[in-house]
Amino acid sequence: MNDLSATSQIAYQAALVRPRVVRRIRGLSDQALAWLFITPTIVLLLAINIFPLIWTIYLSFTNYRANRPNVPMRWMGSDWYQSILTDPDIWSAMQVTAHFVFWTVVIETVLGFGLAFLIDKKFRGHGIWTTIILLPMMLSPAVVGNFWTFLYQPQIGLFNYVVGFFTGNAASSFQMLGDVRLSPWAIVIVDAWMWTPYVMLICLAGLRSIPDYIYEAAEVDRASKWRQFWSITLPMALPFIMLAVLFRGIENFKMFDMVNLLTGGGPGSTTEVASITLKRAAFESWRTGYSSAFAIILFVTVFGLANIYVKALNRVKSR
Amino acid sequence: MSIAAHSVVEPTAGTRRFAGSLVMLYAVITMIPLVWIVLTSFKSPDDAISYPPKVVFQPSLEGYCNLVTTRSRQTPDFIQTLGPPQGLCDGIARDRNMVVAGPSNYVPRFINSLIIAFASTVLAVALGTLSAYGFSRFRVPLKDDLLFFILSTRMMPPIAVAIPIYLMYRAIGLSDTRLGMILLYTSVNVSLAVWLLKGFIDEIPREYEEAAMIDGYTRFQAFVRVVLPQATTGIAATAIFCLIFAWNEYAFAVLLTSGNAQTAPPFIPIIIGEGGQDWPAVAAGTTLFLVPIVVFTVLLRRHLLRGITFGAVRK
Repeated sequence: MNDLSATSQIAYQAALVRPRVVRRIRGLSDQALAWLFITPTIVLLLAINIFPLIWTIYLSFTNYRANRPNVPMRWMGSDWYQSILTDPDIWSAMQVTAHFVFWTVVIETVLGFGLAFLIDKKFRGHGIWTTIILLPMMLSPAVVGNFWTFLYQPQIGLFNYVVGFFTGNAASSFQMLGDVRLSPWAIVIVDAWMWTPYVMLICLAGLRSIPDYIYEAAEVDRASKWRQFWSITLPMALPFIMLAVLFRGIENFKMFDMVNLLTGGGPGSTTEVASITLKRAAFESWRTGYSSAFAIILFVTVFGLANIYVKALNRVKSR
Repeated sequence: MSIAAHSVVEPTAGTRRFAGSLVMLYAVITMIPLVWIVLTSFKSPDDAISYPPKVVFQPSLEGYCNLVTTRSRQTPDFIQTLGPPQGLCDGIARDRNMVVAGPSNYVPRFINSLIIAFASTVLAVALGTLSAYGFSRFRVPLKDDLLFFILSTRMMPPIAVAIPIYLMYRAIGLSDTRLGMILLYTSVNVSLAVWLLKGFIDEIPREYEEAAMIDGYTRFQAFVRVVLPQATTGIAATAIFCLIFAWNEYAFAVLLTSGNAQTAPPFIPIIIGEGGQDWPAVAAGTTLFLVPIVVFTVLLRRHLLRGITFGAVRK
């Protein structure tokens, strides 16, 4: 029906199109149109993503410093790469990043899947509550991360007050951002608060994709709810959970804005994730060549890990 | 006994109530920081930093006034020589022995955010729709490689790309300009837009266009008049995600802009009053900054689920 009513409308509207435009575009073959449609995107990406990347690769072999453009450039070979890979500070930054990525992904996946499982029970008003839960992920990590420094204030902050209220410790007895043991967890808490809803949304999509008849068949076979969860729900939602882990893993490996405003990498370098090390080297010490090499190493790492992971994901999907 | 078709798999009333209360508990806890931001924005500076934290307080607009004005401290004698206060904010300032010296930078930064976020969203969605259609319908050499290339540009840490972009923009005069930021955000968003929209356009049956072309439409007309109207949901979903990114972006903004083109996210955290951060003003700036995106989310929430899974979930 849709097709039929569309036809007469189409004939009518075709008559309205200006002949000049028609002639100009009718001359294009599908192939030409394909390139006309795709080229602008490719050109933009080449200019603003790929060209700078190639430039970064080039700079990573030189001793260039962006704040001294007039100093003649010297070819360094792979010196920067060697010094970065043997630098204990870099390895400690990588450990901080690994701790951050691992715990945020674990907490967000467990909480996010749990919430999605509960919301999928379709209780009354679940739409409104889902929207409320989604709000933190819509907000700016920088602006909201900055506000968390206020919530974490030892004397006047709400977070410390609430924790103190429930645990009986004085609110000023601990500093989430100033204590070397607590600060790595302070950034994990904020990230989990912001991004659990994101994992929840993807898991919810996974749960909704499981057709009812599978559960009906399981009921007929008298499988227990517990058994149904482990043999139907979890395996069928697994590709979606893995997708969520991939997205969060990549994002948190690159994490900069929230941590930069919350702790700036401190105290000391206990929360100095890789991006903050990179920013300090590139825009505070202005070691452009060195930081370019580090940037390339980071990019290759994310790219390599993501590729391996996507292969595993595809294997799970095709099962 | 009800005889609903799905009764075997429907959760019982008790299960539902239990699930509902757990979700509500989580929702309430997760809302506390947001509610606290809004409450703080209406506190006076003394109330904001009181111990224990105040839930009930005398509301004040001082935070919002401090956000949009700059003030200078004066002696009480000098203030007495002035006429009556000019407007609400001047009145609040005079109670603290200050006079309003002029507008702050918040409004220009906010306007920059609006221009850059909306322009880059429109551009990214337009380019993304064209490319997605091209990839979806035509034989493109090395299609899979190109698509993967487009996606991989999103895996780069922003700081890594910021170094050469900083150098490049400095060389061609785009540093600290709105145009430079619009192009940059468009390029970051366009990869997402292509992937999202390709999923949506793949689902539109080719028969629609073919019927239109038999009726005398060119391919381009068929695209504009048949495919685009069908892809509205996908375009809306893509636009939300692009807008959220461009509105909230911080890393590029803080490294590549300083004055002219600076957006609100790098500005809000550096609002300081006398003796440290002026928390009510920061909270006021944050609240105003969050309002557009919260409204947007609530209005368009139905599209989010499809957008987030690259169109993998069908309605």
